Amino acid sequence: MSLRFGPWSVRLAPRALVVGLVLVLVAFAVAVAAIATGEFTVPIPDVLTALFGHGTPVAELIVGKLRAPRVVTGLLVGAAFGLSGAIFQSLTRNPLGSPDFIGFTAGASTGGILGVIAGGTALQIAGGALAGCVGTAVLVYALAHRGGVQGYRLVLVGIGANALLLSVNSYLLTRANINDAATAGAWLTGSLSGRGWDHAIPVAVALAVLLPVCAFVSRPMRMIEMGDDAAKAMGIRVEAVRATAIAVGVLLCAVATAAAGPVIFVALSAPQLARRLTRSPGVTMAASALMGAVLLTGADLAAQRVLAPTQLPVGVLTAAIGGAYLALLLRKDRH
Amino acid sequence: MPVGEQVTTLVADEPVVPRGRPAALAGGLVVAFGVLVLVAMASVALGARSVPLSTVLDALTAPNGSSDHTVIRELRVPRTLLGIGVGAALGLAGALMQSLTRNPLADPGLLGINEGAALGVTLALGLFGLSDPAAYVWFAFGGAALASVVVYALGSSGRSGAGPVRLALAGIAVGMVFTAVASAILRMDSQTFDRMRFWLTGSLAGQTSDVLLRLAPFMVIGLVVGLLLARPLNMLALGDDAGKALGVAVTRTRVLTAVSVTLLCGSATAAAGPLWFVGLAVPHAVRAVVGQDQRWVLPYTMLAAPVLLLAADVAGRLIARPGEVQVGIMCAVLGAPIFILMARRRRLAAL
Repeated sequence: MSLRFGPWSVRLAPRALVVGLVLVLVAFAVAVAAIATGEFTVPIPDVLTALFGHGTPVAELIVGKLRAPRVVTGLLVGAAFGLSGAIFQSLTRNPLGSPDFIGFTAGASTGGILGVIAGGTALQIAGGALAGCVGTAVLVYALAHRGGVQGYRLVLVGIGANALLLSVNSYLLTRANINDAATAGAWLTGSLSGRGWDHAIPVAVALAVLLPVCAFVSRPMRMIEMGDDAAKAMGIRVEAVRATAIAVGVLLCAVATAAAGPVIFVALSAPQLARRLTRSPGVTMAASALMGAVLLTGADLAAQRVLAPTQLPVGVLTAAIGGAYLALLLRKDRH
Repeated sequence: MPVGEQVTTLVADEPVVPRGRPAALAGGLVVAFGVLVLVAMASVALGARSVPLSTVLDALTAPNGSSDHTVIRELRVPRTLLGIGVGAALGLAGALMQSLTRNPLADPGLLGINEGAALGVTLALGLFGLSDPAAYVWFAFGGAALASVVVYALGSSGRSGAGPVRLALAGIAVGMVFTAVASAILRMDSQTFDRMRFWLTGSLAGQTSDVLLRLAPFMVIGLVVGLLLARPLNMLALGDDAGKALGVAVTRTRVLTAVSVTLLCGSATAAAGPLWFVGLAVPHAVRAVVGQDQRWVLPYTMLAAPVLLLAADVAGRLIARPGEVQVGIMCAVLGAPIFILMARRRRLAAL
């Protein structure tokens, strides 16, 4: 099915559209539920009126100041991780290709831990994570570059960098005093608690800038999935597309990690779950982003409610999602 | 039977290798053992407080209860012996895994097996409060076995089969799930966290000779089983069908290799925490010197890997005096660049 506007045409996959719509609704429902529940329950009609600016003062305080920023941060961070994962799974042509495993998340952690140890403010810790992630990515890209970057070499070099950085991280943790180590440990699991608008806005800006770029490279990336030679034959500038895609994926991962800490496994599982739902042959950007948003907010809601009043860090829940996802991969491939 | 005839049958039975090569290789094995002894002496003598070699010998032969002698006998010697055991175990495990999976990137740490064992130990210590190494090592075996089964199934499924990259990714993924679960357990209990954060990095420090004695039997069984597998693994290197035709029990060899790897990785991790890269680089270096024959590769690896581990441990003690850098970090810092160099090579040498 396709839409035509004069010389332009857009291919439409009805199932992908329906799935996308459903995911938007689910994300909205989860977000409203997350805003409504907590130590002080706000009835859902009050949540909706407060969201649109006509609520009672108490509801507006709880919704607008406390819960909405956290939920919005969760949605945006989840979308960023989902997109980043989709990009790297497409580049590496592997359902296990994820920024979590090729050093980027570990590099962000190194920056974050250094920020904690230096006694930095939340903003400085986030800056450290951003710098660590981008720096690692530049290093991995440079080391994997040999007349072009092959997906598999990026993965292997990344795995090496990952191992190195993980051990640097644990060295830093063992050298820190026990309080810093505990703070850094909590940050390392990833958490959305206490996130305000100043966490959400940078992610929103990054998404606004990077989403169009994603849309722009997603078609040539599909071609590259068929092999470099085939893509070149179709007139695609393989190296340029790949470098752009890597840059976008890294920036998304870096911004998201800076906002919520290294929440692992969202980037791994969101693209594949989205792919299963849309039954598309490759990973799809839009559905992956929506799925990431649903997964992260859902995991955060569960983390708050499962053992209430004990609050689990969301990273524990997403790790469980990651484990379930690996089990799913195993089951699927049996048949 | 005339003497001459006996000689010809003997010669005919010899495999086609240049004469004198086995002798040279056997000599090399002795040299490797000598190097290991030297490094072990250095490991006993050097550290936050370095002791002259003569004092070391005195402490071993005629202890007089002085503080130097106590340090040597109670701390340095057990630590060194532990390093030898752990190094030999992880090196041999890596060589066995590389041979069995024909995957040049196989390493107990990289493929998540040590992380599985570490999760087992964390469960045993953190949740069940077991403190006897001979008890919690069984949890380590369970975790290592689970990890190897899951990683191999994940890595070999899919259209492309068990390519090196896919297997490595599967190992990292599974290892990260295990690590996440372990750290979630540790977060609930800050006392255990404080005690275990050093061990989780991979460290030879702080283990007593008691731990060594409790774990040694498992390591020794794993090492012996592993060494005995050299011949069938050689034949399986020709492919499963050729191996079968040569009379190798394929399934039995696979299972025994897995058992040996589990014993080696589980006991090594229970002793020193999850270590990376020890099992990766050493078998590669050894194969470059002695060739592909596992009957030489395995024993050489078993002697060379502890040399590397002890050297890394000593270096970690010397560069941060009076503190120390854990051996796990030293291994990663030394091993990761080697791994990246291997990855940069145009084609991964298939085994």
